[in-house]
Amino acid sequence: MASINFDNALGLHASALQLRAARAEILANNLANADTPGFKSRDINFREVLAGEVEARQSVAVERTHTGHLAGRSQAEQQLLYRNPSQPSIDGNTVDSQIEKAQFAKNSMDYNTTFEFLSSKFKGLRNAVRGE
Amino acid sequence: MSLTNVFDIAGSGMNAQSIRLNTTASNIANAESASSSVEETYRARKPWFAVMQKEFMAVNKDGEFQQLSGQTGVGVEVKGIVEKDAPLKPRFQPDHPMANEDGYVYYPNVNIVEEMTDMMSSSRSYQTNVEVLKTAKQMLQRTLTLGQ
Repeated sequence: MASINFDNALGLHASALQLRAARAEILANNLANADTPGFKSRDINFREVLAGEVEARQSVAVERTHTGHLAGRSQAEQQLLYRNPSQPSIDGNTVDSQIEKAQFAKNSMDYNTTFEFLSSKFKGLRNAVRGE
Repeated sequence: MSLTNVFDIAGSGMNAQSIRLNTTASNIANAESASSSVEETYRARKPWFAVMQKEFMAVNKDGEFQQLSGQTGVGVEVKGIVEKDAPLKPRFQPDHPMANEDGYVYYPNVNIVEEMTDMMSSSRSYQTNVEVLKTAKQMLQRTLTLGQ
């Protein structure tokens, strides 16, 4: 008999939501450093990182049995890439404000979309439990 | 939770830009502050921006604590305010009350055009950070309604 398992029920939407939040942080950092000399704009390849995240969930996770153990770095931090600048500035800064703003807006829309999926999953589960 | 970090990041950006706007205001206000000697003359001030690094402690193989910094930045920090090196502007004004024995008055090395562009740039960057903050707030508020 199949039991109700939150991980199975929610699918990859939970990971996707976390990853969207992580990406919002990366993009916010790019925008905050838009005037910092020498700062290089960073981003992640969402599709690849999400695939890695799903794979990591299926494989064995590293357990921390001692407070001195280092926590495994998240997929997002491991696969942080540099953006190819279209108009690099003379002080070595590669933040293109328009691109970052557009990406941030798109990321937050995608966050809302993923949120809707997740929310409807919960609604579905609740309906199943109530049997209405 | 990553979204709460966005508040810190955007906050650091707003703080940095307001400091930049402050120095600009000070520079423009003092653009015509005359003085009789090179040492006493006001010099244009500029903030020094740097990426704030996430730092965490780790134990190395000898069992000692070691400071490590992560890959991602966690905002922008103002390392300090530096004075511009550009030469001051001496003017021959013997009638000026601050004139030295040779009749010269020293004016600050403030470039008004540069200050105006700096002002526009910092106010735009400030706005961007406010928008980021607003969006992050909406995203977080949305998350609180999960499953309702």
